[in-house]
Parts: sequence; C-alpha cells; structure tokens
Amino acid sequence: MNNNKNWPLWEVFVRSRQGLGHRHVGSLHAPDAEMAIQNARDVYTRRQEGVSIWVLPAAAITASSPLDKDCMFEPANDKVYRHPTFYDLPDEVKNM
Amino acid sequence: MEASEQHIQYIIRLADDALIQGQRLSEWCGHGPILEEDIALANLALDHIGQARALYTHAAKLEGKGRTEDDLAYFRDEVEFRNHLILELPIGDFGFTIMRQLLYSVFALERMKSLASQEVDTNLAAIASKAIKELRYHAEHAKDWVIRLGDGTEESHKRMQGSLDKLWPYTGEMFVPVADDLWSTETGLCSPLNSIKAAWADSLAQTFHEATLTMPDLDGWMHQGGKSGNHTEHLGYLLAEMQSLARKHPGVTW
Repeated sequence: MNNNKNWPLWEVFVRSRQGLGHRHVGSLHAPDAEMAIQNARDVYTRRQEGVSIWVLPAAAITASSPLDKDCMFEPANDKVYRHPTFYDLPDEVKNM
Repeated sequence: MEASEQHIQYIIRLADDALIQGQRLSEWCGHGPILEEDIALANLALDHIGQARALYTHAAKLEGKGRTEDDLAYFRDEVEFRNHLILELPIGDFGFTIMRQLLYSVFALERMKSLASQEVDTNLAAIASKAIKELRYHAEHAKDWVIRLGDGTEESHKRMQGSLDKLWPYTGEMFVPVADDLWSTETGLCSPLNSIKAAWADSLAQTFHEATLTMPDLDGWMHQGGKSGNHTEHLGYLLAEMQSLARKHPGVTW
C-alpha cells in the first residue's frame, strides 16, 4: 500500500437482493474508488449476483488479532443462556 | 414485414461493427494490464459479440434465405464486411484501445438511442434498447480511463494524446452517410448522422477537457471506405483468424 507502483486494495461488498444486507465477496485492486466500483461490477456481478455494490479501502479496516482469539471469543462458549433457545417460538415466526 | 435490401444491409452493417469491435477487444483476454481490467475488457467484448449475434440473426430472418448468424459472421469475405475502419485497426497499447473504445462507444450509444426510439423495425428497437444499457457502461468505463490517463503522468498523457491524434482521422467516416444511412434517415429508422455527430462531439469535448487532451479538428481530413467494403490491410488478418475454424470445420459445435 505504501508502494506507489501498486494500486490500493479494495474490499468489495455486494447486495444480492433488495432487503438483504451487503455481503463481503472479495477484494480487488483499483486506482480509486470509482474505478473500484467498475472493477467490482466486472469481477463480482457478471453473473447477476448483485443489485448494489460497496467498496472500501482495505487499509481502512481494523481487524481483531488472531492472538486475542481466546480472550475475545472463548468466554462466550459456556453462556448458552445468551441463545434464545429457552423460548417456544410460534410457528408463524419464520426467521429467528 | 417485407424488408428491403437496404434494410437488411443496414442491419448487417450494424452487426459488422459490433462483431469487429468485439473481436478486437477479445484479443486482450489474458493480456490485460491488470487482472481486473482483463476481465472488464473481456466483458465488453462479449457484450459486442452478443449484440452482433442478435443483429445478424435479425438480418438473416428479414432476408428469409435460410442464412444463419454464423453464415454472416464466418462465411463472408473482407469486401462484404462494412464495419467502420476505426474498429479494424490493431489494438495497440491499452491507451489506444481505450481511446478507440471512447470514440466508438459514444457514437454507437447515440446511434442505438436513435434506433431504440423508432417504430419502423420494432425488433431492431428491442435489440437497441438492450444494447444501450451495455454501451452506456462502455462509454462510462472508457471515459473514466481516458480522464485518468490523459490527466495522469507525463507519459500517460503523451500516449493518450498520441492515440487520439492517430485515431481521429478515422472518426469522420462515422458521419459521412452511405446509401443505407440515407435510406435509414428517409424511413425514420435512424436520426441523420450530423445530429448524432453534434451529440458525439459535445460529449467528447467535455471528456477531453477533463482529461487535459486537445481535441483535433472536426473538419480535418478523414479516412473513408469501411462502410463501402474498402478496408485497411488489417481486416483480412482479423477475419482469417476469426473465420478459419468455422471454415475448416463448417457446422462444427462443441
């Protein structure tokens, strides 16, 4: 990314249908945001995968560290009561 | 609908433009400057080949002699092709290809807009409506690149201006009517070419301004001949490559 000769990396998010959220589909290189959208259109939506595209600079993402996995995620393992499994769901509720 | 010879020839000529442009663009497949652009150029090529197929099929049906899209694409010789000369020139570097893409897409878009809004040939109008969406993207894609490369580094600016100057004398042919152009205007199929020229020149002037490129003289000396079947030496080689398989194995499928 600091190397001037390489175009920055962009993360691509595509919404496949109205009403759904944008999903991460991959990444690509492009000189700027506008071209990143065009490239994303050609690389990731050529088989009718989407109705909307977001791109964002990969450099803008702050990720959790794999080394912190234990303290970040393990404490949730024995807290089953956080799952809504103790309720009887009415049949009419389709997505939960 | 009883179609006149000029009607059929006009549509075959539209298809020739699309096919030759598609064939040239497809030469970039596997050779694009970056992976993303390689895929983009292949997509553009396929759009053109799709347009050519629809137009050839329509023309063959109007003709009613049992010819197919493949007969028209693979079994006609150089003098029977009537594409614009600008489209048969070799691909050059990426800047040259993109500059041609801009000069041609803006023209093709304006022409298709006109063909989509007539009722003389409703099948053609439907093909044109679909093509407009593709060509609008092609023009946008080319414009964005021309602006970035024209207004880029010293080297990219030099190459883009060089490409523009080389291609420019091939643009005049788009606006010099041949017999079936005049026919298309008389019947109300397509707007007169000089009105298309005005829209084309306006759009380009804006892009070149942003790209810091100098637009050459609209009334300078221009090449002609493609629309009458008189081609540059380059078309023969292109057709030889494109048609050899179909001619060696007629009717082959896989």
